[in-house]
Amino acid sequence: MKKLGKIYLVLVLLFLYVPIFVLIVFSFNETKSRSVFSGFTLDWYKRLFHNRIIISSLINTAIIAVIASIVSTVLGTLAAIGIHHMKKVPKAVVMNITNMPIINPEIVTGVSLMLLFVFFAARMNLEFGFVTLLIAHITFDVPYVILNVMPKFNQMNPHIFEAAQDLGCSPVKAFRKVVLPEIMPGVVSGFLMAFTYSLDDFVVSYFTSGSTSQTLPITIYSMTRRKVSPEINALSTLIFVAVVIVLIVKNAIENKAAKKNGSYRGN
Amino acid sequence: MKLKYFSAPYLAWMIVFILVPLLMIAYFAFTSDNGEFTMKYISDVGQYANIFVRSIWLSLIATAICLVIAYPIAFILSRMDKHKQGTMLMIVMLPMWMNFLLRTYAWMTLLGNNGIINHILGMVGLGPVKLINTSGAVVLGMVYNYLPFMILPLYSVMEKIDKSLFEAASDLGCSSVSTLFRVVIPLSMPGITSGITMVFVPAISTFIISRMLGGGSNLLIGDLIEMQFLGNAYNPHLGAAISLVLMVIILVIMTVMNQFDPDEQVLM
Repeated sequence: MKKLGKIYLVLVLLFLYVPIFVLIVFSFNETKSRSVFSGFTLDWYKRLFHNRIIISSLINTAIIAVIASIVSTVLGTLAAIGIHHMKKVPKAVVMNITNMPIINPEIVTGVSLMLLFVFFAARMNLEFGFVTLLIAHITFDVPYVILNVMPKFNQMNPHIFEAAQDLGCSPVKAFRKVVLPEIMPGVVSGFLMAFTYSLDDFVVSYFTSGSTSQTLPITIYSMTRRKVSPEINALSTLIFVAVVIVLIVKNAIENKAAKKNGSYRGN
Repeated sequence: MKLKYFSAPYLAWMIVFILVPLLMIAYFAFTSDNGEFTMKYISDVGQYANIFVRSIWLSLIATAICLVIAYPIAFILSRMDKHKQGTMLMIVMLPMWMNFLLRTYAWMTLLGNNGIINHILGMVGLGPVKLINTSGAVVLGMVYNYLPFMILPLYSVMEKIDKSLFEAASDLGCSSVSTLFRVVIPLSMPGITSGITMVFVPAISTFIISRMLGGGSNLLIGDLIEMQFLGNAYNPHLGAAISLVLMVIILVIMTVMNQFDPDEQVLM
């Protein structure tokens, strides 16, 4: 029975990984063939690094992800403080609306923002591009920050903030010294989640980007629509390697933290 | 100092960029170009009934396949040694961190008429078989892309099931099959319901998978909406009406799913 389980696990892993490995292998293929490997080359990587559109959309993606995740972390953390101190009914209303971009299909979020931007574009000096993309990214990022920070407030002892003030802290200092350390894990995971969602988003960006400001996923999409070039394979390989490195580092940090916590508990 | 006012900037943002856009979808769905109330576009959605049926059908099949594949995987993962679980889970979830366009593109190259699968089939004297631009390819793309969304919630509920429950069940005379149906499945119900919604919602609203793997003959609701907003058939009123119907379908599915979720029922 146990053996059967292992075979099954391996089969599913093959299903998940074989397509990616085929992509990687063919990124080193001399010809454009997608089925016959004719010889090793690094040409597609060289071309990739000289492809202006890809490089500029990569930079654009990074800028948008950084700004959107920072803004949404600040906005979302402040929002969580406020929502936590609301009465039951307004709290429920706000949380339900906050959940909308998470529950709704991405295409609906994208299309709804597009309608809004079209409305503004017709009446004000707003063009589809960097600004609309940034607004759209912040909009779908903030809910993830709020959802990560809110539980930390619920776990926190509500009296420590008052206790700090009774002991002579100003409200700002009490917040910085007492509340912030308590909610920090939620803020950090919210920020990271917002950042990854921003980096990876295609659907919402597709509807809100216009032609002047492209993100990497949009460039990838237009590459797959045109003639097939192994440059995409090279790009996939680099992204895969980056993901593996990030996850290994993340795992190592978490293991270290777990060990540290474990020793505090005396295990 | 009232702390609740800290949320003011977000509340303003939420109203302008979440609430108003959604209300605009409803407004566009029920008005014509000159702003008059009309039911025309909502009733026009009926013309695309076949696309709706196809979308619901294909995404239900994909969700069912995901559930069948993911359930044993989640169970095997949850019963591994604790220190192995984290690493194994990371390996299972890793492909999900690749951009989903690239994951779908990978299947495009595999299934293509000149792709590697047809090449291998050709070497053994079979084929070429038409693999890409079929509804089967669309379902495959959905399963491949959204399988981790099914595994994760299942794993997180199963991990919490105490091992001694299985021993107790077998001590009390349960066979392993009846342990599965009377202990494991009831206890993992919250994971099953959230897994189903997490796969079904993106599957029914996708337009990338159908476009890249389905060719022109397997249009889904997502394609239909995209065509109304960015395609040649520019018609935001019809697009908004289709989006509204899609939201209603998803709402119905989620309400049905909540009926099976013991936790949700307590809250309601």
